[in-house]
This record gives sequence, structure tokens and C-alpha cells, in this order.
Amino acid sequence: MNALPLILTVFIACVVEAVEALTIVLATGITREWRSTFQGMAAALVTLAVITAAVGPAINQLPLTALRVVVGALLAIFGLQWLRKAVLRATGYKALHDEASAYLREVTAAQAAHKESRRGITDWYSFTLAFKGVLLEGLEVVFIVVTFGDNQKNYGAAVIGAAAAIIGVTIVGIAVRAPLTKVPENWMKLAVGVMLTSFGTFWGAEGAGAHWPGSDAALLVIVPAVALMALSLVRWLRRGPQVTVAGEPA
Amino acid sequence: MNRVRAAALWVWAFVVGDDWVTAAGVVVALGVTAIIAGAGAPAWWVMPVAVVALLVLSLRRAAP
Repeated sequence: MNALPLILTVFIACVVEAVEALTIVLATGITREWRSTFQGMAAALVTLAVITAAVGPAINQLPLTALRVVVGALLAIFGLQWLRKAVLRATGYKALHDEASAYLREVTAAQAAHKESRRGITDWYSFTLAFKGVLLEGLEVVFIVVTFGDNQKNYGAAVIGAAAAIIGVTIVGIAVRAPLTKVPENWMKLAVGVMLTSFGTFWGAEGAGAHWPGSDAALLVIVPAVALMALSLVRWLRRGPQVTVAGEPA
Repeated sequence: MNRVRAAALWVWAFVVGDDWVTAAGVVVALGVTAIIAGAGAPAWWVMPVAVVALLVLSLRRAAP
């Protein structure tokens, strides 16, 4: 398969995760203290590197068929969850994930917390918040890179997509020093849901023993078909009684 | 023990999320695919049909 769809898929998925991590880091650093925030980030990145180094080679040892079934199932489950939420948000049944309000919630919580030094860290709250935020979002990035890279036997393309997303979001975040509210997050999540569901459907069925007509070229039909289905469902739900949901933590 | 429970709950929330029916449906669909493929019949169509059905049912539950 051409590497471009793989790079774009990983890039879009990782932008979403990077924007969420950036929101937490900015809220913590600006409100409390940058030094402890950066220490938390650095500790999370080291932990991620250790996890990746441990999990990566182990995944390589698994037989490709078994890996495709497991990864296909996981991607299809994740993809359907993303699609469901994105369709519900696009139709007003669920509040839009608002990075600005998420940022304000983090800022309010950070301002209310007491400052406490522990284990050589000046502000333990900033450290743990940045650590958890970067680790959790980072784990999702690692999962995306490892599964997509291994299944397509193209780690290089997956890493390029992820690195471009993280570097891009970091540069923009440093430049604006504010949460990236202009990112059309719900439509990006819909796109990620389409890609995860499509690749999950393809790999899962292949791993279970099915043969796709046209082999890898079947993806060129599956991806647009899933996108069309998602957009049709948005139209279908919009025809029903309109519901407006007030902002809620996403 | 609390940590093990917390870890298990985190994995459940991470993988299954708030709609276990969809997760179970995907697993069942892959099982059906394996059975049909094992019998030598074309089985590629099972997952696309399951994906459409599971998403529509999930949306109907969330937005009746």
C-alpha cells in the first residue's frame, strides 16, 4: 500500500491526541509553574520510551495473523466509538468537545490546588498533572504508531506521521501559548473514526481468514464507504427532533 | 488489590468504553468471519455489515 494514506491517518489521529495533551500542559504551566510541568512531561516521555522499547519488539514476535485479528478488533471498536461520539456531537445529541472550556476547567483546578514540594519536585501538582496528561495521550499515540506501523510493515511512515503531528502541534502551541480552539476537532475525530473503523474492518477480517476482493486495494473502497456511512448517519439524525446539549466535560 | 482493580477498570474503559454491546458485536463478527472463512466460503462481507449494523444500533440507543 502507498505510504501516504498511512502517514495521513497516523498524522490526523496524533494531532487530536497532541492537542489534548497540549491543553493540559499549557493550563498547568501557565497557571502554576513551568519547571515542574516540564519535569512531568519529561518523566512521561521517558516512561513512554521505556514502554515502547518493551512492547515494540514483543509485538514483532507475534504471528501476523493473530496480531491482525487483535489489532483489527481493537481498531474497529475504537473507530466505532469515535464515529458514534462524532456523529452525536455533529447532530447536537452530545456537547462538542471544547478545548477552550477544557482549558478553563484545568486552569480553575490548577489554581485551587495547594503547592507542595515532593521528591525534589518544586510543585508536585504540576508534575503529576503534566505526567498523567502526556503519558495517557502519549500511550494512544504509541498504540496508533505500533499497530499501524506493524500491520503495514512500515514503521517509518507511521513514525513520520506521528512526529509531524506532535512537532506541528508543539510549534503552534508555543507560538500561540493558548489551547488550539480553532482546530475543527469534531470533524478530525470523525475522520479518525473513519480511518480506525476502516483499517480495523480490513485487518480484522483478514486476520480471521477472509480474503478481500482486490486485496489491499479494497481499502480504497472501504474508507470512502465508511465515510459516506458516517455522513449519511449525521444527515439521518439531523432529520430527527433537534436536541441542543449544554457544554459538558468531553 | 485496589491498584489491580483500578488498572483493570482503566483497561476496560480504554478498550470497551461506554458501549460494551459494540465491543462484543465486533468480537462476535470476527468469530463469524473466522467460521465462514474456515468453511471455505467468502467471508469478507461480514465485518462491513456488522460495522454498519453496530453503529446504527449504537446511535439508536444514544439518540432514540
